[in-house]
Amino acid sequence: MAITFDKALGVHQHTVGVRARRSEVIASNIANADTPNYKARDIDFNKAFAAAKSKQGGGMQITNERHISGGNSQFAELGFQVPDQPDTGDGNTVDVQKEKAEFMQNGLEYQAGIGFLSSKFSGLRNAIKGGQ
Amino acid sequence: MSFFNVFDISASAMKAQSVRLNTTASNLANADSISSSIDQTYRARKPVFEAELNKASQAQLESAQVKVAGIVESDAPLRKEYYPEHPMANEEGYIFKPNVNVIEEMADMMSASRSYQANVQVAEAAKQMLNSTLNLGKS
Repeated sequence: MAITFDKALGVHQHTVGVRARRSEVIASNIANADTPNYKARDIDFNKAFAAAKSKQGGGMQITNERHISGGNSQFAELGFQVPDQPDTGDGNTVDVQKEKAEFMQNGLEYQAGIGFLSSKFSGLRNAIKGGQ
Repeated sequence: MSFFNVFDISASAMKAQSVRLNTTASNLANADSISSSIDQTYRARKPVFEAELNKASQAQLESAQVKVAGIVESDAPLRKEYYPEHPMANEEGYIFKPNVNVIEEMADMMSASRSYQANVQVAEAAKQMLNSTLNLGKS
């Protein structure tokens, strides 16, 4: 009757990881809001989540120590956003208001995931202590 | 850990925006510096931003820091004024004023400070997310 963290923690351990990566992509968009020719990007949550759950690193596996690292970037999930406004002249497709809202939402979803994980841990602790 | 990348990205953007604020300050400060020849006249400076994709390590392909590629001088025409009584006037009686557009500079300044603030907020939010991760399991 061993407790495996994998089963105990459920999906939240994966969602939190994907949210963390997404925050990086959105931060990158906001940072480059004034950079000419920068194209806004985003992560497809469903694809990223599926990949995280099935533990596919996305990049290539290293089976020999002399292999070059394929990285852990998952190209399938990372895509360019379709701009919903015409080009303003500098080739930049970042909509700062939208990105800020997305970043905030992503952050809250991350906090929610952490909240779930936290309650899972306190549940485990409660079970170990036998309610004392 | 992705959040440390977020700090790096925001920091690079803050740095780039502060370069922009610096050039704006320099342009506004020199808006009235008069000279007697075209070569010596101050010209408005603008930074050029560039996304820096870290291609060296594939792991960081998702994020792009901002890099200031360089600062260029505006090639808008200088303001030439006929002012023979001016002590700086040249032989023909002209003085040269910089090609700084004060209204444009003010708009640029507001845009730069707004972008700076947005990036501070991003770093602040990332800090909170990281803090809650560190506090996971305590209680």
